Amino acid sequence: MLFYFAKRLSASALILVGVTIVTFCLTFLIPADPVAMIAGRNSTPEMREQIRIQLGLDKPLIQQYAAYAQRLAQGDFGISYARKSEVGPLIASRLPATLLLMLGAIIAELLIGIPAGLYAAARRGQTGDKVAMTLSFLTVSTPQFVLGLSLLYFFAYLLGWFPLSGYGSLSHLILPAVTLGLAGGGWYSRMMRSSMIEILRQDYIRTARAKGMSEKRVMLVHGLRNAILPIIAMIGLDVGIFMSGVVVVENVFGWPGIGQLMWQAIQSLDIPIIMGITTVAALFIVAGNLLADLVAPLIDPRIRLR
Amino acid sequence: MRALLISTAAALALFAAAPAALAQSPKQGGAAVVTFNNDLTTLDPQVGYDWQNWSVIKSIFDGLMDYKPGTTELEPDLAESYTVSDDGLTYTFKLRDGVKFHNGRAMTPADVKYSLERAVNPATQSPGGGYFSAIDGYDALAGGKATELSGIRIIDDKTISFTLTRPDATFLHLMAINFAYIVPKEEVEKAGADWGKKPVGTGAFKFSEWVPGQRIVLERNKDYYRQGVPYLDKLTFEFGQDPTVAILRLKNGEVDIVGDGIPPAQFTEIMADPANKDLIAEGDQLHTGYVTMNVTQPPFDNLKIRQAVNMAINKDRIVRLINNRGVPASQALPPAMPGYNKDNKGYAYDPDGAKKLLAEAGQPEGFTTELYAMNVDPNPRIAQAIQQDLAAIGIKAEIRSLAQAEVIAAGGTGKAPMIWSGGMAWIADFPDPANFYYGILGCAGAVEGGWNWSKYCNKELDGRAENADAMVKADQAETRINEWKSVFDDVLKDAPWAPVFNEKRFTYHSARLGGAPSLFTDPIHIPVNYDYIFAKDAQ
Repeated sequence: MLFYFAKRLSASALILVGVTIVTFCLTFLIPADPVAMIAGRNSTPEMREQIRIQLGLDKPLIQQYAAYAQRLAQGDFGISYARKSEVGPLIASRLPATLLLMLGAIIAELLIGIPAGLYAAARRGQTGDKVAMTLSFLTVSTPQFVLGLSLLYFFAYLLGWFPLSGYGSLSHLILPAVTLGLAGGGWYSRMMRSSMIEILRQDYIRTARAKGMSEKRVMLVHGLRNAILPIIAMIGLDVGIFMSGVVVVENVFGWPGIGQLMWQAIQSLDIPIIMGITTVAALFIVAGNLLADLVAPLIDPRIRLR
Repeated sequence: MRALLISTAAALALFAAAPAALAQSPKQGGAAVVTFNNDLTTLDPQVGYDWQNWSVIKSIFDGLMDYKPGTTELEPDLAESYTVSDDGLTYTFKLRDGVKFHNGRAMTPADVKYSLERAVNPATQSPGGGYFSAIDGYDALAGGKATELSGIRIIDDKTISFTLTRPDATFLHLMAINFAYIVPKEEVEKAGADWGKKPVGTGAFKFSEWVPGQRIVLERNKDYYRQGVPYLDKLTFEFGQDPTVAILRLKNGEVDIVGDGIPPAQFTEIMADPANKDLIAEGDQLHTGYVTMNVTQPPFDNLKIRQAVNMAINKDRIVRLINNRGVPASQALPPAMPGYNKDNKGYAYDPDGAKKLLAEAGQPEGFTTELYAMNVDPNPRIAQAIQQDLAAIGIKAEIRSLAQAEVIAAGGTGKAPMIWSGGMAWIADFPDPANFYYGILGCAGAVEGGWNWSKYCNKELDGRAENADAMVKADQAETRINEWKSVFDDVLKDAPWAPVFNEKRFTYHSARLGGAPSLFTDPIHIPVNYDYIFAKDAQ
């Protein structure tokens, strides 16, 4: 177990280094000049040259990366081009909002996915099952900005149940969390349904029924406990999916997290912020995957660690 | 009480007869909420240069000069008066008494010197530092060889003078742009890298709070040197607000101004609603949208082909495409800019004439080229309209719809044969024709990384422009503007651009806000002059 953990951890570290290298190279492949964005439209070639030297952008790419990696290893994400302030604290100030949104989305997808899957499994082949599965297909395929704006329009503007965007209370969290988590809820309802159907065929379920246990008790006690295991193992992977989703969802709902910061940084070609957020997001994705791998054998002893 | 009732009744009777404008006499107090999609990057006046932070900075800071609210008319601000030497090389400003920074300290000439030097100092990375290149000592400071501007001299505790290396008729305008706003040295140094988040100025509003990604709150500066303004006690900017959502919130009464303007997709619907009649302010802005043609490369090195493009574009149709949010442009300068020649009608829409010109230029069958445009609505649609117009005379233009930074890079390197300027250029930084010339039509901008995307460099016109800007005396102002008019007439003959339209500004605000429409579409405080608008429900 310990050996397995060490092996996975070192692989994760390598992935992180890889991510920073690829992102770093990508930002320089964009056919645009960050110096031109900083210096503005009235600058002279001399001013642009000076800024280039100040930022070290005149050096070969490998040297630039080495300097960047060295600073990053000390926890220094550099200075934002557009904001002229430190990127580390900037991301740190936005991260709690994003984590809260992701937590809300995980709760939302479980609250949607598990009951829907149970319901569909219990009514396998009937109308209720078909409706639930069609809905799950819809939620998986709806683009998040469409879903977000529609929810805002109906539940916040027309019905007035929720505030029209913003941050601060539980009522602010619900719509963005549902928007982010609904697709996952759709997936989970399908997973839940098929694993439940699988389990309901098992001998121990037949035994339970033969003992005269009520169908409700069979489903919720024996069925659910076993069917939910694969879903728990998947939650870690959601972190990765959500990391890309927050860019859209945070912009629709005015949620002050790193997704919103990322979107603005991309527009102004603020490379230190783009690099910083990519690195932090990669860190979370890798940690999420690691968690998923570690949790899986704990909750299901049939999975062996190698 | 009875007296009050009588006077109220009398006032009501008066109001009933008076025009609506009178009923809206400004009151002190109240608050307003403004939304923006993007969080502000910085409130550092020497650094901030996008249209979200531009007018917020104007409300927190002041410069030596300013403009009368809602107009482009210069007037002294933190300077009480100024004199210009006979040779036009020395400007002496007498500072106003009783101007205090928000931290309570009195503003001095040393602050003026520090602020200008801060703008030019390369360590600041100011996008506006280049504006001050006429001040003596600029090259040494900008080149990192000095720490001060030798041309700035503190004469006594109320007087400061600027010595220039060449006469510059735009100098007073330059003292009114954000980059020349006065900052207190001790606060800048104390805040360090956080200065852009903790601004301290002399302006109408005092910075109170910045919650990253959520809001900025400003409060009325009770010690503001101008009596009676600002009217609002509190001004809140909320961020992360998609304009579509912000409009819903405005209808709900949660928001007072949609800072990003009305999204193109909703414009017709909102304008058609009679309930919005008094809520939308309409005004001119100092903007021209144009198509650049790279004159250094074939086929656009041929004047006739550039003229043909000018005649091929159906500007009226494009104006309709943007829901009449602008007027067709005849020339480079917008109508609200001094030097605009109302007698110059420019190139009329004439596809047949354009075809003839193509034939004369030896391209009767047309040719294939590329049209770059920024990938944010409505710019790709405008580019498509231009593409169709060009196709009608045989020019096949492939559209390159890219992110802003990429289009700017393609223009700066000269890689792009044609660029539709929408979303990037050009809105004037100050209301003078010079600001529409050097960087975007003059030789200075026609360099690698410059904003003269046509790479048009006419030395003769550059000389005439510089001569015009050497006319600094008040009695030469008219001659100078006429000279600029003739420079722009000649630019149009050379046709490095095809001017397409001049955008108008439409600001959507709540019914509880009052103020002249010109304040909501201020040509200088873009988008809104927050210092003079007021809340009708103020107690």
